[in-house]
Amino acid sequence: MIREIIKPFEELGRYCILMGKVFSRPEKASIYYRRILFEMEALGMSSILITAIISIFMGAVVTLQMSINLESSFISRSLIGYATRETMILEFSSTVVALILAGKVGSNIASEIGTMRITEQIDALEIMGVNSASYLILPKIVATVLFFPLLTILSILIGNFGGYLVAVVTRIMIPDDYVQGLLTDFKPYSIVYSLIKIAVFAFIITSVSAFYGYNAKGNSLEVGRASTKAVVASCVIILMFNLILTQLLLI
Amino acid sequence: MIRAEHIAKSFDGRKVLEDISVRFEQGKTNLVIGRSGSGKTVFLKCLVGLLDIDEGAIWYGNTCFSDLGFRARKTIRRDIGMIFQGGALLDSSTVEENVRLPLDLFTRQSEKEKAERVDFCLQRVALKNANQLYPSELSGGMIKRVAIARAIVLNPKYLFCDEPNSGLDPMTSNVIDNLIREITEEYNITTIINTHDMNSVMEIGEKIVFLHEGKKWWEGTKSDILHSDNRELNDFVFASTMAQRARGYERMVQERPECAAKDVFK
Repeated sequence: MIREIIKPFEELGRYCILMGKVFSRPEKASIYYRRILFEMEALGMSSILITAIISIFMGAVVTLQMSINLESSFISRSLIGYATRETMILEFSSTVVALILAGKVGSNIASEIGTMRITEQIDALEIMGVNSASYLILPKIVATVLFFPLLTILSILIGNFGGYLVAVVTRIMIPDDYVQGLLTDFKPYSIVYSLIKIAVFAFIITSVSAFYGYNAKGNSLEVGRASTKAVVASCVIILMFNLILTQLLLI
Repeated sequence: MIRAEHIAKSFDGRKVLEDISVRFEQGKTNLVIGRSGSGKTVFLKCLVGLLDIDEGAIWYGNTCFSDLGFRARKTIRRDIGMIFQGGALLDSSTVEENVRLPLDLFTRQSEKEKAERVDFCLQRVALKNANQLYPSELSGGMIKRVAIARAIVLNPKYLFCDEPNSGLDPMTSNVIDNLIREITEEYNITTIINTHDMNSVMEIGEKIVFLHEGKKWWEGTKSDILHSDNRELNDFVFASTMAQRARGYERMVQERPECAAKDVFK
């Protein structure tokens, strides 16, 4: 019983120790630079399509639902465009995209590092005198923290376009009204808030997933378990930090 | 030279290594043999510092390795090459990138110098036209050769091999064994090999340490091994029918030397 209570704190301690190793002085900056570019392609570029697909559908669905639920002669139709934009910027393109990326990128990182652990590739790096934690994890963290905000911007643009598209195709509202709503009362700070959130979420997804992968032991079953744990833990922590960041940055 | 003094290691209270003291000489192929589960891999991992020992000391030359911290060990680790059981090549890197990695990280050589060194090491292990292949495209023997090339790329003083022949056919095993012996002699390095392959023992074993139930049970040379009265060692060495017959043959040769087949027991 006591062991179960202590376990999360033990894991937090081990996570902090690992992050200490990750952020210690790198061996050679030029190698890390190359690896960051590689990880940007592997983790970021490969996520563009999935981000675009879910954003366009989500923008379209939000517009449809707003249109159905705000059916009143007292409410301006342009409010639908405004609501879609705000939903995309404030919540969807940062938090929901982060949750989806936690599944895609998080499981990828945990299984990759976990497999490296059980096939002794990490031991091989340690034997060479390489700080394996820093060499493997730091480029992934830097790559995602830099690249995921670009995905969020892409998601905002595509999501709002998805709303416009649904207005044009279904004729549920006049497209010009939708565009007018998009341009109403725009606050640039909302974008800053969204980008700060996704940067924090990117750090959470990468570091938490890497932590579970790095500490995988045993066989391929354990790698699968580590991958599942990584996704679940990342999602829970993202939701907690979503609340904390909203409180800190918006209120 | 590497020296282990009274080392012990336990996992969750279960003793895996107990009071092992042994000295591994420079320029020799030192073999650690024993049955599966006898503690060979744990012993090797303790020697290279992948596992911390509970008791005792490990010396690399005049430096007490086991007393050093993580950063201080780095300087010694750059003199260590290790060949893992499965090769442990980085899956996402090509053969060339795998071999070049230590050069990229720890030298200030130009790209041309690095490329030359990589080519030299790959040629040394008889691998041609494999530079751009990924580990998934290589056979078991080729993976071991790349692992050897990576291990020697920084001219190590110490070479550790964890069951380098596992999963290989007898002919490829011989090639890998001979390669390790040649490299050991050529660069005068201290080589320690974990194995339970008796062909390797008879082929390249200059000094042999037998581990049994986590303890050092026997120590000697490959010619001593054939005449030992140590029962556990004999059970291990002569486990196969072929080896038992070979021992009978050797006794026959001692009694009637004129019947000896040439160069069977060097």
